[in-house]
Amino acid sequence: MADKLTPVLSANWGTENSWKIAPYKKGGGYKALAKALKMTPDEVTGVVKDSGLRGRGGAGFPTGMKWSFVPKDNPNPKYLVVNGDESEPGTCKDMPLLLASPHTLIEGMIIASYAINCHTAFVYIRGEVLHVHRRMQAAVAEAYQAGYLGKNILGSGFDLDIIVHAGAGAYICGEETALLDSLEGRRGQPRLRPPFPAVAGLYASPTVINNVESISSVPSIINHGPSWFTSMGTEKSAGFTLYSLSGHVKNPGQFEAPLGITLRELLELAGGIREGHELKFWTPGGSSTPILTPDHLDIPLDYEGMAGAGTMLGTKALQIFDETTSVVRTTLRWAEFYKHESCGKCTPCREGNWWMVQMLRDFEAGKAADGDVDKLLDVASNVGGKSFCALADGAVACVTSAIRHFRSEFEAGYTTPAWELFPYERSALFAVPAKDVKEGVHA
Amino acid sequence: MSGHEFQSFFPDSGGVDMTDTSTNIDATTLAEMRQLASRYPEARSALLPMLHLVQSVDGRISPAGIEACADILGITTAQVSGVATFYTMYRRRPGGKHHIGVCTTALCAVMGGDALLEQVSEKLGIGPDETTPDGKFSLERLECNAACDFAPVMMVNWEFMDNMTPEKAQQLIDDLAADKEVSSTRGAKITSWREAERVLAGFSDGRADEGPSAGEASLLGKKIADEKGWAAPKGGKA
Amino acid sequence: MSVVTKPDQAPAPVETVTLTIDGIEVTVPKGTLAIRAAETIGIAIPRFCDHPLLDPQGACRQCMVEIPDAGNGRGFPKPQASCTIEVAPGMKIQTQRTSEVAAKAQRGMLELLLINHPLDCPICDKGGECPLQNQAMSNGGGASRYNGVKRTYPKPVPISAQILLDRERCVLCARCTRFSEQIAGDPFIALVERGALQQVGRYADEPYDSYFSGNVVQICPVGALTSAAYRFQSRPFDLVSTDATCEHCAAGCQLRIDHRHGVVRRRLAGEAPAINEEWNCDKGRFAFVSGRGEDRLRTPLVRENGELRAASWPEAIDAAVAGLAAAGKKVGVLTGGRLTLEDSYGYAKFTRAVLGTNNIDFRARPVAEGEAAFLVHQVAGRTLGEGLTYTDLENAKNVFLVGFEPEEESPIVFLRLRKAVRKKGQSVTAVAPLLSAGNAKLKATLVPTLPGAEAEAVAGLKLAAGDVILVGERAALAPGALSAVVEAAEGSGARFAWVPRRAGDRGAIEAGCLPSLLPGARPVTDVAARVDVATAWGIESLPPLEGLEAPAMLAAAADGDLAALVIAGVELSDFADAQLARAAVEKVGFVVSLESRRSEVTEAADVVFPVALLEEHSGTFWNWEHRPGRVNTVIKQVNAPMTDLRVLAALADALGTPLGFRTAAQALAEFTELGTWDQPIKPEVASRTRGHAPKKAKAAAGDAVKLATWRMLLDGGRGQDGEEALAATAKPTVARLSPAQAAAVGVDTGDSVVVTSPAGWYELAVEVTESMVDGAVWVPTNSPGTPIGELGVVHGDDVVLSVGGAQ
Ligand SMILES: Cc1cc2nc3c(=O)[nH]c(=O)nc-3n(C[C@H](O)[C@H](O)[C@H](O)COP(=O)(O)O)c2cc1C
Ligand code: SF4
Ligand code: FES
Repeated sequence: MADKLTPVLSANWGTENSWKIAPYKKGGGYKALAKALKMTPDEVTGVVKDSGLRGRGGAGFPTGMKWSFVPKDNPNPKYLVVNGDESEPGTCKDMPLLLASPHTLIEGMIIASYAINCHTAFVYIRGEVLHVHRRMQAAVAEAYQAGYLGKNILGSGFDLDIIVHAGAGAYICGEETALLDSLEGRRGQPRLRPPFPAVAGLYASPTVINNVESISSVPSIINHGPSWFTSMGTEKSAGFTLYSLSGHVKNPGQFEAPLGITLRELLELAGGIREGHELKFWTPGGSSTPILTPDHLDIPLDYEGMAGAGTMLGTKALQIFDETTSVVRTTLRWAEFYKHESCGKCTPCREGNWWMVQMLRDFEAGKAADGDVDKLLDVASNVGGKSFCALADGAVACVTSAIRHFRSEFEAGYTTPAWELFPYERSALFAVPAKDVKEGVHA
Repeated sequence: MSGHEFQSFFPDSGGVDMTDTSTNIDATTLAEMRQLASRYPEARSALLPMLHLVQSVDGRISPAGIEACADILGITTAQVSGVATFYTMYRRRPGGKHHIGVCTTALCAVMGGDALLEQVSEKLGIGPDETTPDGKFSLERLECNAACDFAPVMMVNWEFMDNMTPEKAQQLIDDLAADKEVSSTRGAKITSWREAERVLAGFSDGRADEGPSAGEASLLGKKIADEKGWAAPKGGKA
Repeated sequence: MSVVTKPDQAPAPVETVTLTIDGIEVTVPKGTLAIRAAETIGIAIPRFCDHPLLDPQGACRQCMVEIPDAGNGRGFPKPQASCTIEVAPGMKIQTQRTSEVAAKAQRGMLELLLINHPLDCPICDKGGECPLQNQAMSNGGGASRYNGVKRTYPKPVPISAQILLDRERCVLCARCTRFSEQIAGDPFIALVERGALQQVGRYADEPYDSYFSGNVVQICPVGALTSAAYRFQSRPFDLVSTDATCEHCAAGCQLRIDHRHGVVRRRLAGEAPAINEEWNCDKGRFAFVSGRGEDRLRTPLVRENGELRAASWPEAIDAAVAGLAAAGKKVGVLTGGRLTLEDSYGYAKFTRAVLGTNNIDFRARPVAEGEAAFLVHQVAGRTLGEGLTYTDLENAKNVFLVGFEPEEESPIVFLRLRKAVRKKGQSVTAVAPLLSAGNAKLKATLVPTLPGAEAEAVAGLKLAAGDVILVGERAALAPGALSAVVEAAEGSGARFAWVPRRAGDRGAIEAGCLPSLLPGARPVTDVAARVDVATAWGIESLPPLEGLEAPAMLAAAADGDLAALVIAGVELSDFADAQLARAAVEKVGFVVSLESRRSEVTEAADVVFPVALLEEHSGTFWNWEHRPGRVNTVIKQVNAPMTDLRVLAALADALGTPLGFRTAAQALAEFTELGTWDQPIKPEVASRTRGHAPKKAKAAAGDAVKLATWRMLLDGGRGQDGEEALAATAKPTVARLSPAQAAAVGVDTGDSVVVTSPAGWYELAVEVTESMVDGAVWVPTNSPGTPIGELGVVHGDDVVLSVGGAQ
């Protein structure tokens, strides 16, 4: 049994100048690269496969297997694209990683590129995080200077360039095919699959797309081997990962633990729900993963555990809401997020979110009509599972799961505004004059 | 209600503001655009960075900027416009020297983001997507900015302003208005929105070393592990 | 004649897939999309974004089906968009007919599509033929459950002078934007904004001026895109539709012409997979009102005391007969390129059998010596399939363009090449003085060629068996270019096709409107051929000598060597030397004009016969492939206007040698009966010299350069008259110069330059063009106000350039 917390990725975040190459190397950085370059590319892929590492971007697809899908006989160049779009509400793990230790990602990228025979790799980072871009740009420059990037890396004959690319504000660009279109200088709208990116991705060439955390996990796996990795976590959810606790907890933050830890354990480490309050509902992995309640505190936070509870592990973004919170209000806010972020390509997502937002506003204002809960569920059912990509499924998940667990709160919306049932000032972390709540932003 | 006005008529949508044709794009900018285009295996990939550069030069996506991108990349102005209007970071009207963002997605909203937006809006005298008449501030209602463990979150020129309170927001605006030195909680000293856009375009400003490595919340788990003596197996640190 | 053998065309066996749809087993080619597999067994799955000629989009989500078994024993957990799913062996698909899951998905989608759709069907042009309306009526719920606020935009915004966009009605299927990008290569419209605000947009300063823009109106599944020309003109259910072949160019587009109350309201692209697929160009779609102007001729006219006056038919016929009889055999006939095969045949027979001369030529354009020989030996007498077809173009690996600008001169050829370039990696090479915008969209490689030097350039091409050369009529003006093409093809096994510009050109050759060719590709100089035709026509003999070509006829007329001209629809400035043509009609003594509108010819004529518009006609056009296309009478009137054939028949009767037919059907029957000459015509290599000496410019006026010129699709052609919205989408008239040439003259883009010939000059705006060869200037041949015929110079002649503005 591994320890309760197992900092690997976050182990160096506290060291001085942790983002610079010298401290990173001092802590053992770039050793995995040297080791990997002495292996064959297939061996590297094999190690990652054996480790059971699954994608940390939300879907949990086995990383090594993804790499092995890249066709070797395809004459086009191969590309690695790291997904640093991190825009799923609640998700806040990749940004601290990139801020504090960009070299972990760079080392992982070089190893991954070597494994798939890629010579140009990209990091696509959402645009709204300036300092992350500075750190990443500087780290790439350092890596070139140190000979880890460019031609003939460490004398291995392997060449690699890394391009740091800024997005410009679009959640959908986290969806891997939309990301590719965006990276090609187009509107970030998802592409038809097949062909899958592994066959025809960036510039119609074979492309591997992985999350920041997935690729950053690779150097440690190369260093310590697959069985080290599988000694943490559960059988099908191997290794460690970053859990992000936010919301009404005493001490929100990042907790790097073996997969399978429970929210009860994490809450305990975070000092529990804020003073004098109790847990009402939570998301296991961002707003797109159906919400859970205190009934689910002891379910392992791994892929299988969450699937068993009718939700998903997602990005392990645990957003915690206490009893002061109106479920109707948060659901509306998420719906507004999805309406704002829908790319507009397909009917159900574009129109469904437009409609659901209006209905949810009625619920919030206590102006919904009798029977509107069922109508909302039916509209949701015409959207969920019908859209071009998974964005709308996420949008529907937060609505349907909220109604599943808190139907009566929605029904109260037939008569009573949510801000009367759950005075909004009580949910805030600081004192908000009640008048503001009524007459200001919320009225 | 949520505070988002439900808008249903969109008289001005569909493109950038053609009434303002002013531009600062000069030969240097064009050379930098070409340089960006040459960084990628296929030039069009540089479009997003080029549009960031246009904003850093013109303070918005200007007609001249759209035309320059189309010209350099060999695509149509309609195609550039389609991209420029897709992404929320691209502005149709001039942004302020400082671009203030307040996150109001569910978690931040509940924890105080709504009240902060209200406060900042009142203080600046402008609503979201507006710019103060003196050109000092523009305001935006943000969707989740990947800093939820620091909620409620504000951004200034896309630098993190974590764990905001009404008092801190008040001070922040006052200091910026008075051109006092302000630093991001997890970033660098605040300069201006345009300078930020230049970095996002891919031109480093050499200030990566400012600010802490990580915020307190980011280090929490590691701190507890250290206290408890927990670690990954066999000195698992890579 | 070079007998062209086709590359082995044994069809490769098609790999098929067998699956079941709604329990019905169906076998389709591998790679078929589910939605189309269903069509083959008559199951219609509703759709909006799907279009068989566009790349799949999967955006509207209307076509959802349930797939309980993907062919591997496992089903899809969610319903799937049938327009993006390829069938697999053993797959089981359930459509709305058998699956409640699919039916609910489709009902739900329709409801979602309608929540923001305006309720303006009663005033919408599409109402009555609207897929969304039809769907809502047949599959939609009776009432909407939506009681929110609808998304609204300002009502229609022009995206070009011709096309209007009503964003409220748009269902965002992206058919229009995909068409523009994928098919036409003109992405001047794009999806803009995001999410619920996504819309079709253009950049404010760059309108959607595409030669193919009208197609987006036709394929829009709602009334979001409308044309200025047809807006509020009619309700679809009040229209009567007639199939037709387009009269503008030699592409042979199949059209649907809709009329109401005897007035044509609109024209649509027909469905003709082998020809225009489902597209046409804006000229073919919108340019059909030219006959509606004040200048339409309604009665015959005769000249009396120097003035034309209205006359009765018998009076006019008498006058014409008197004049023609007096001229005897000293008469010439100019028929132009716009006649149907039947009309051309009528003129050919009238000329040879009634007037007793072989002086007939359809080429109302610059003509060079040697071209006729090429047409006789390499074009005439071919039937469809003996030469190249659209399908051959699409399948060719390499295509070479010689004196031919596909987008300007044969836009459907352009679309087919573009399809091949995009889908099959075809490579295109253009022998031309510059890389035109159209050829750039074909990713063409330019072989920069000074006008007149085409033969050399062709000789230098690397050709292989199976390659295709497309040669335009302009190539004839370059010494030796046509024979160079023939030789290059023979030497390499490449094949070539001659692509003329006008719809009637190809048929005119066949019908006998060249001075050297009798109908059915029979050489005039061949005794047997003459006897053959004379026997069929029931006359004693035919004149044995080749007649005069058009330039010679004009010269003879101007010199008084001819006494009369009979002229069908022809514009004088279309000839190489407009002034010579003008002198010809003025000096010839007697001119009979058969026209539907007043023109320079009718003004100079002694007798004018008003003839029917094409929409009042039936007949046949042969396209460049030698494919016949039907022209049907669209507007049937009680008192039908006289056709060319009926006028010719009346004249023939009065002249004493009956024509033998009065209707197109009779003419076609006789022409068909006559058949094509089956004796081999002795191959002959075209002459290497041109008919006229290149004109030397006046010295010292400026820089002498070569003139490069071709016609733009939208230009000053009279067939486009009256459609102002269309004209507003034409490309601006500019003179193109290479950077070096511009510098030598001392001008830059935006300046003006004077192009001078011995006959005159034009001042034009300069556009410096990177790809342009030095030592030449390019100008459009017939743009409004600047017909090059007035300068009396043709492609390859010398002109003089000087700085404009000061003159
Ligand atoms: C709407 C949507 C948004 C997404 N956003 C992100 C994101 O911000 N970051 C990310 O890594 N993956 C995101 N994903 C998942 C990616 O599509 C993809 O699965 C992932 O990047 C693959 O990397 P992994 O296998 O390493 O997890 C998103 C998916 C969807 C449908
Ligand atoms: S305008 Fe018509 S064709 Fe174009 S996206 Fe809208 S509905 Fe489709
Ligand atoms: S027709 Fe299939 S998604 Fe539109």
